[in-house]
Amino acid sequence: MRVVLDNLSLYRDGLLTTIALTLLSFTAAFVIGMIIAAFRVSPIPPLRAVATAYVEVVRNTPLAVLFVLFFFGFTKVGIRYSAFTSAIIVLSAYTGAFIGETVRSGINTVAVGQAEAARALGLTFPQVLRLVILPQALRSVVAPLGNLFIALTKNSSLASIISVLELTEVADRVTTASAQPVAAFLGAGIGYLLLTLPAGVAFGVLERRVAIKR
Amino acid sequence: MTAVVLADALGPRAKRRVRIATVVSAVVVALAVAVAIKRLADHDQLTAAKWRPLTEWGVIRFLLIGLGQTVKAAMAGMALAICVGVVMALGRLARTAAVRWLASAYVEFFRALPLLLLIFFAGFGLPRYGIRLSPFTSIVIALVIYNGAVLGEIFRAGILSLERGQTEAAYALGMSYWQAMFLVVVPQAARRMIPSIVSQLVTLLKDTSLGYVISYDELLRRSRQAGEFSANLLQSVTAAAVLYIAVNFTLSRIARRLEVRQRRRYRAGAVRVAGVEDLTAVAVAADERINRPAQP
Repeated sequence: MRVVLDNLSLYRDGLLTTIALTLLSFTAAFVIGMIIAAFRVSPIPPLRAVATAYVEVVRNTPLAVLFVLFFFGFTKVGIRYSAFTSAIIVLSAYTGAFIGETVRSGINTVAVGQAEAARALGLTFPQVLRLVILPQALRSVVAPLGNLFIALTKNSSLASIISVLELTEVADRVTTASAQPVAAFLGAGIGYLLLTLPAGVAFGVLERRVAIKR
Repeated sequence: MTAVVLADALGPRAKRRVRIATVVSAVVVALAVAVAIKRLADHDQLTAAKWRPLTEWGVIRFLLIGLGQTVKAAMAGMALAICVGVVMALGRLARTAAVRWLASAYVEFFRALPLLLLIFFAGFGLPRYGIRLSPFTSIVIALVIYNGAVLGEIFRAGILSLERGQTEAAYALGMSYWQAMFLVVVPQAARRMIPSIVSQLVTLLKDTSLGYVISYDELLRRSRQAGEFSANLLQSVTAAAVLYIAVNFTLSRIARRLEVRQRRRYRAGAVRVAGVEDLTAVAVAADERINRPAQP
């Protein structure tokens, strides 16, 4: 493990970049997901159609294709961002589709009477969603959201395709420089474990804490 | 269709509001599409020269061969990963503590790693030790190691989902542990696991595109090459995306349908394996299908 210790600052920076990618993308993806879910259950057909198309297209396209398309393809139409920003945009667009689906399934688990009661009280559709449905829906999807968070942590490794210096890219560069691949990759692997294991525990705790006790 | 909001029929005022919102949002969507088209046109991305190559048989054939390579890696990876997964699942349920421990360590470790890290290791790490593998072998090995761990977890959940009575009845008939496992438990568990296996196949198929980084000659790589050759990268990669979507959309639909059927039949819950997004997506799609409120 000498190479890891020798390059400790590189690994630390890589870990921090991975964390930054994950947290920023998850936040953005969460917002996108909420909008997608709201669109998909809304009574307005064009919004439903747009959201459905978005989910089906993004979910069934490999993330690597999205990276290549956005970073190398979209420059042709003048859409140009730094590698780090591009990575966040692609990761949040991809994860957003999955979060949207998950939140929507949570919405469907909320008892019908809740929406009916809210509308009987005179709340509008956005109010019904924001004040009554979503707070209950989100509680029931903490576990799948945790899964998506962990998936996103691992997916952030694809940023190395566009040379963002995160953990996987660090491992690759250290391998090239040191000729000790096992140690180099194990160092990155431990970095990912440091993120995914606590995340799994944290989401488990959160799930128990917000569970609706009936 | 009659407007139904969260299973609640709308009144006349709300219906009018929905109509207005429909028109407004349709206009907004149309504007967004128009802006996108104008942007493409302004950058000369809509010219016939950019799209014509995609109608030429030579280019289509080039891409389809790429798709074939993608499917080839996916099938090889899936077949071997299922074998590894079965071994790991049985290992984690074994009676010997050391075997349980080893299998658990394998599953927990490789499930938590990004596949790309394994691909880099197989593609660029192993040659440092004099182990030179073809890109195809490298990608398949990485896919098998990673998906073996994920499928191991899926199979374990499947075996555990079977009622205890099945094993107990097998023991009562005088079967040994392995007889009970292979004659009674595994055949039933395997059927229950089919939807999860298909949804994992979607993930795996998408993941073959990572072969791109180690020069495996698959669809994404070929679409980029075609794009550079005809100077139409955006169009070529889009074509590749369409091919991926066509295949994966079909598989996702099959997975969802199977999942709904299995859940209705066995009243079994969804399988959740941390960090596998397609499994989650298929499970929630099935949830939605099953729990969908009855439309009035």
